[in-house]
Amino acid sequence: MTDHAYNFAYLDEETKRMIRRAILKAIAVPGYQVPFASREMPMPYGWGTGGVQVTAACLTPGDVLKVIDQGADDTTNAVSIRRFFQRTAGVATTEATTEATLIQTRHRIPETPLTADQILVYQVPIPEPLRFLEPRETETRKMHALEEYGLMHVKLYEDIARHGEIATSYAYPVKVGDRYVMDPSPIPKFDNPKLSDSPAIQLFGAGRESRIYALPPHTRVVSLDFDDHPFTPSKADHACDLCGAAESYLDEVITDDLGSRMFVCSDTDFCRTRREAGQVGRLGGTLEGEAA
Amino acid sequence: MSGPLLQVRNLTKTYGARIGCADVGFDLWPGEVLGIVGESGSGKSTLLSCLAGHQAPDAGEVIFATAEGPRDVLRMTESERRRLSRTDWAYVHQNPRDGLRMGVTAGGNVGERLMAVGARNYGSIRETATDWLGRVEIAADRIDDRPRAFSGGMQQRLQIARNLVTGPRLVFMDEPTGGLDVSVQARLLDLLRGLVRQMGLSVIIVTHDLAVVRLLADRLMVMKSGRVVEQGLTDQVLDDPQHAYTQLLVSSILQV
Repeated sequence: MTDHAYNFAYLDEETKRMIRRAILKAIAVPGYQVPFASREMPMPYGWGTGGVQVTAACLTPGDVLKVIDQGADDTTNAVSIRRFFQRTAGVATTEATTEATLIQTRHRIPETPLTADQILVYQVPIPEPLRFLEPRETETRKMHALEEYGLMHVKLYEDIARHGEIATSYAYPVKVGDRYVMDPSPIPKFDNPKLSDSPAIQLFGAGRESRIYALPPHTRVVSLDFDDHPFTPSKADHACDLCGAAESYLDEVITDDLGSRMFVCSDTDFCRTRREAGQVGRLGGTLEGEAA
Repeated sequence: MSGPLLQVRNLTKTYGARIGCADVGFDLWPGEVLGIVGESGSGKSTLLSCLAGHQAPDAGEVIFATAEGPRDVLRMTESERRRLSRTDWAYVHQNPRDGLRMGVTAGGNVGERLMAVGARNYGSIRETATDWLGRVEIAADRIDDRPRAFSGGMQQRLQIARNLVTGPRLVFMDEPTGGLDVSVQARLLDLLRGLVRQMGLSVIIVTHDLAVVRLLADRLMVMKSGRVVEQGLTDQVLDDPQHAYTQLLVSSILQV
């Protein structure tokens, strides 16, 4: 079978229309989870089937696509989804955040600020922020409808009672436009402030759970907290060992079995751009050959 | 104390052709404890869940004296009713597992209602929770334990603390002492009686245990086949039962 056997971006036009309707509704009601008829995709659940469907519905032939997996452009999830759209849509792809018009991401928001010309698509495993405290879907829907969000604070209370601080470090619940409580997908809470007032459109797709939700540009997004335990976006207390960036979110890499470790930017494009501009971190010089 | 806290008129709930409860009416005054007794299947739990808004009755009125004046609870919007049920009302389930969040610590359980009405200061929530655990005789160092680690009696006391923490005016209790052994029952009753008097609570308590109503209730309603067959002051009903069923009920108690 040739690649031309597929419709542009894999999904048929009727399906894309259905998904676009859901997206429009999601944008009209920021933070509200819109059900949609999620399709079987040629990849397993948990690999971004929700994000892929949203991307397919938004993609046009002129788009430049970037795919991020945990900040990186070259890991399995990113490579497979990028190739998927290269084959089925034939769109241009890039690793540079600034060049992309549509970015599908898993677990990170790029360090480079987004612009009004960009769409950011998140892959979401569990869209319901209240799920682990209230297993009944009927009840959580009612709680959203009636704005009963006390339970979300019970979760944060439990964190402080057990760990002395709010230990939730990813998928940190936010309140959107003073109305809906939303799960921002498993991004680190370091990225939470970037959700708010972003000029880009942010779309969230959960394939297995058949939900789409969205943040229109310049929406106010507030991370939940207590008066005496305010929200703090946290990161490893280091600078990137490759590019020296002190303000980016870092991955910890174990380099041998003697306890040596290094911290590197999780956003590979951000790190490379800085190194190309001549910024060097603690170990940046020695690894020059590998990184290029 | 201008009028009754709760006025119930002609409350009826049927399950198809079967009667859940029919034509129930009564007034509950502030600070009063009303007991509802009857055998299994007599409609007392149906009545309680209709009153508390867990089930929609087919006919009747439940008028509650809210802060803004008397309102028919059954004609409120759902959001108003749910707001009422976490502020002015409380519901103590027979099985503490239905009323508690078993995966959440004791402190979190007590704090939930506070957070639901907008408390956002961890320190003060915890302080209130500690205070309430003390009032229901749970040691303060158990605040970070989950209810699973508690005995049945402790779970029931925790459920009571969780319900009373926002200072409700009306408490519904469904067999609060069911499933507890007698000595634990006695302590729980003692505690309940103290709290009811201290806080001036109005209580509607459903039970089949006549000893419980004898100790707690000011007034008593006896139900049989979905209807109220007799009501009056507790001691009067128990000591001088008029209706044949009440006489049977009272004489069925084993004298130890």
